[in-house]
Amino acid sequence: MSKVFSFHGGIHPPGNKKRSTRAAIGKAPLPKTLVVPMQQHIGGPADPLVKIGDQVLKGQLIAEPISRISAAIHAPTSGKVVDVAAYPIPHASGLSEECIVIESDGEDRWIEHQGLDDYRQLRRQDLIEHIRNCGIAGMGGAGFPTDVKLHLSEDHIVNTLIINAAECEPYITADDMLMRERAHEVLGGIEIIAHLLRPSHVLIGIEDNKPNAIHALEAVLKDTELNIDIVVVPTKYPSGGERQLIKLLTDLEVPSGRIPADIGIVCQNVGTTAAVYRAVHYGEPLISRIVTVTGDAVLHPRNLETLIGTPFSTLLEACDLRPEALSKLVMGGPMMGVTVENDQIPVIKTTNCLIAATAQEMPLAPPAQACIRCGMCEQACPAELLPQQLYWFAKGREFDKAKHHNLFDCIECGACAYVCPSNIPLVQYYRYAKSEIRTEQRDQQKADHARQRFEARQARLEREVAEKEARRKARAEEAAKAQQQKAATQSDASPQPAAAAEPDAKQLKTAAAVARTKLKKAQKAYDEAVGTNADNLAELEAALNDARSKAEAAEKALAAGAPATEEGSGDDLKQLKVAAAVARTKLKKAQDALKNAEDKGLDGVDKLRATLVTLENKAEEAQQAYEQAANKPASPSPAPTEEKPAEVDIKALKQQVSIMRTKLKKAESALDGCEDEAEIARMKTEVNELKQRFEQATAEFDKAEQALIERAAKSGIDLKQLRIDAAMARAAVTKGERSLSKADNDDERSQIEQELTSARAKADELNLTLSQYE
Amino acid sequence: MALIRLSSPHVSKANSTANVMRLVLIATLPGILAMTFFFGWGTLIQIALACSLALAFEAAALKLRKRPLGFFLSDGSALVTAILLAVAIPPFSAWWVTATGIFFAIVIAKHLYGGLGNNPFNPAMVAYALLLVSFPVEMTRWTSPMTQHGGGWEIAGFIDTLQAIFGSVDAVFYDSFTGATPLDVLKHRGGLTTEELWRQSDVLSSGVGAWYAVSAAWFMGGIFLLSRKIFTWHAPLSMLIALFLTASAFYGFDPDNYVNPVVHLSVGATMLGAFFIATDPVTSATSNKGKMVFGALLGVLIYVIRTWGNYPDAVAFAVLLMNLCAPFIDQYTQPRSFGHTRANRGMKGKNQ
Ligand code: SF4
Ligand code: SF4
Repeated sequence: MSKVFSFHGGIHPPGNKKRSTRAAIGKAPLPKTLVVPMQQHIGGPADPLVKIGDQVLKGQLIAEPISRISAAIHAPTSGKVVDVAAYPIPHASGLSEECIVIESDGEDRWIEHQGLDDYRQLRRQDLIEHIRNCGIAGMGGAGFPTDVKLHLSEDHIVNTLIINAAECEPYITADDMLMRERAHEVLGGIEIIAHLLRPSHVLIGIEDNKPNAIHALEAVLKDTELNIDIVVVPTKYPSGGERQLIKLLTDLEVPSGRIPADIGIVCQNVGTTAAVYRAVHYGEPLISRIVTVTGDAVLHPRNLETLIGTPFSTLLEACDLRPEALSKLVMGGPMMGVTVENDQIPVIKTTNCLIAATAQEMPLAPPAQACIRCGMCEQACPAELLPQQLYWFAKGREFDKAKHHNLFDCIECGACAYVCPSNIPLVQYYRYAKSEIRTEQRDQQKADHARQRFEARQARLEREVAEKEARRKARAEEAAKAQQQKAATQSDASPQPAAAAEPDAKQLKTAAAVARTKLKKAQKAYDEAVGTNADNLAELEAALNDARSKAEAAEKALAAGAPATEEGSGDDLKQLKVAAAVARTKLKKAQDALKNAEDKGLDGVDKLRATLVTLENKAEEAQQAYEQAANKPASPSPAPTEEKPAEVDIKALKQQVSIMRTKLKKAESALDGCEDEAEIARMKTEVNELKQRFEQATAEFDKAEQALIERAAKSGIDLKQLRIDAAMARAAVTKGERSLSKADNDDERSQIEQELTSARAKADELNLTLSQYE
Repeated sequence: MALIRLSSPHVSKANSTANVMRLVLIATLPGILAMTFFFGWGTLIQIALACSLALAFEAAALKLRKRPLGFFLSDGSALVTAILLAVAIPPFSAWWVTATGIFFAIVIAKHLYGGLGNNPFNPAMVAYALLLVSFPVEMTRWTSPMTQHGGGWEIAGFIDTLQAIFGSVDAVFYDSFTGATPLDVLKHRGGLTTEELWRQSDVLSSGVGAWYAVSAAWFMGGIFLLSRKIFTWHAPLSMLIALFLTASAFYGFDPDNYVNPVVHLSVGATMLGAFFIATDPVTSATSNKGKMVFGALLGVLIYVIRTWGNYPDAVAFAVLLMNLCAPFIDQYTQPRSFGHTRANRGMKGKNQ
């Protein structure tokens, strides 16, 4: 058994867990309508694939992830889609977000689905993709898409996989019951995740108040080959916090502002492991979860296997709510959960508990008294902050000082507010201060951005003027020369050589694309080889370099050739015009929405405002691009090559950095394991050398990246934004293709086709621009 | 169903500021009893007087500041201040001495600075220092302990004491029942070595036991609070250790002219200061490390002022000086937060 360490602070609130563990996990009744929010996870909201009136089957994909950090969403039961609109979602803000409403047909009919026969035979990539398609997101609280974490072993070395079974919040017993009743699913999930991440060690962290779950786990662990340890930690809130649990189990502190993978650790919640198991072995997407329904206001507290989208009222009824006794409805635990005002709010992937509390159980906080600086909060704070100082700073709006006192390391666990004898709602102050600081930063960024854009525009205008002048001069000179020539040698009329040398832009484009693909392939092969320590590394490296130089050459040729053909083509002009118009419309819409929101004083105003600004920028850019193209249809365009001074291959540099990191780590661990003195000395020098090289590589990479960003910024384009745009455009193309294949009448088809063409053109264009910068 | 939206957490520990203050009040009981036993009714009368005055002033100040009366009165902080001041002034002091002190503590040192939690100086110590500077004669005429009077338990009668405080009594009364404190004697030694002093002085040879006992009682109260986690060990312990070490250094170097470190720890207001004043959270440093620095400097200052200053006991002045330093100490003793390699210092870090 592994050693248990400790973390600073923590509290011991009454557990109130026993009451909901008496009954076995039940099944929540099938509600008539289910409201499935598009955002149940951290990251981008999913994009609906169904429309009103569609029939769906249980487990059918109804919304797809549109960005890397996002999760797919499936129909929790069979029935008809009756609405796709904004509904209140379970979130602290009390906001409404887009949801798909399904009226169940009562049959609960599954779509055809099946598990993977032997996931070990699959390529890791495909296995992760399968998990992503099943919409698995962390079920512990934050809801981070699981597939993203499973990719971590690609650029990090994962030594330890930690399974978070601490469940430290009072009242909640969903994980506890899951482990008691379905320990084999938990283990199965762990095996899959371990297969993907290849950790050398798996630790299950569990609080000592769950003896039954510990027994159940121990029983199934007997016949596994994995190196798994169950670590029983003392019951103390918040031992289930990711960073706290890592400290408890490994004595390592995740550095502030970093992720656990940076120190070789990946954390997964037990609920998530079970969901992964069901996805892989049965092909079941994440459409239900175990929810603890408890609190003094329900007569029969227990755990229920609940479909995502089930309204809270259904669960409360199933556990015999006493409506007259209910005073607070809390989603999540009493320490970090949020209260909801509406019992029609649906269960989502992260809903682990529902507390129907009476007024005696969770009384309203008495009025706050003055802080007597008693320091109890400081003794309780697991992040080792000075909560009382943070409180003074937040109250006095001294945000700089608050930040300096590491406000952003606060995990909002509420331990400080729990112990405060003056009943100060400390966490509320911290949230306020954090959001104020974030707003400030955003404004600052916006201002910077605007300034940059202005400067870039100014520079461009100046350049244009200068160029025009130069061209005029050149023309005049040429004319003069021609005149002279004409006058001098009238008979000697040689043909213009320029047209002959004009390269075929299209061909170049294809060549560049082919070269890029080849390069990618070579890179991948090389990566894999590095990962597995293959012998033919040198060979592959040579091939890679070859491919790279070819790609570069093609790219260069393209860059030189492309602009010549791009201008003047009427098509492009039209397209640009359309783009500008579209951008304007969007802008208008956003403006209206903002106005509307402002009038009503809604919470989302900030978000809308941000969108508006982006849209404004876009519209402006589009308009500019159009004008630029329209104004000088015939003039030779300025060569964009001038913007590319030293061509640095950023990808190669990145690769370099990660290789160096791997090497360094390997060497270091070898050093650790070494006993012989002489050997150690030799290794040490080696490590040092490696370190230096690593640092050098990192510095180079940083420099290159910085240069890249600067270059992009200089020409008025936000690289990030561009990337996002390109990704979105690509997604739009895929979507169009899909709907095209589904369209049945000709009219519709031709319309979609048209849309698709323009979407494709846009995507191509964006990709091209992007490739110029990457 | 009228559900409401509230910020987490939704539960809190059943403790309150009033509770904290109540525990502090309980912890003063042994000290008060010991003082009454050795020095007579004066202490109790002073406490009663100080408490009623404190509540009255507190109420008046709250009223003027338009704050809810009952809510703030019930937090008990005024009573704690009153008791700390009442046990610090001589038991036979006239009522107007106490009244001035309480007025100053509650109205000026506390409410003019913004009330509980905002006062930079410990109110009781501000008042004590003011009284000591304003009325040096009254403030140094301490009651002599009953052990000094020879046979049996003999203290001034209750009525006599009342008269001494509220009216006036003839000088004979004062002469028979008051004297200098041990620290006073040790201070104004007039060329005698420490050892000679111990043999000559009444209060040192026979009275000092009472002081020891009182100190022990305060110590007990302090341990009680420590066990109830009302404060941490950092400030008191570091203060006592610092005082002991400084005193030992000088005593070891020249025992004739300097006082035994054990005496430093057990006479005067050392224990009271360590457990009830240095631990006043409002006016001391915040972090554990800060409290340690605060306590240690306090200990050294007490020794320095006692030995070379003009006033016999030094706790009040040392505390006030340290109160002044507390915000500064806070800036430089921030704890290292979770996940950081080192602690931030000063106002703004360079690492941001
Ligand atoms: S626990 Fe409350 S009263 Fe005590 S120092 Fe912290 S914020 Fe102030
Ligand atoms: S909420 Fe923040 S400041 Fe309070 S105890 Fe938790 S981490 Fe510390």
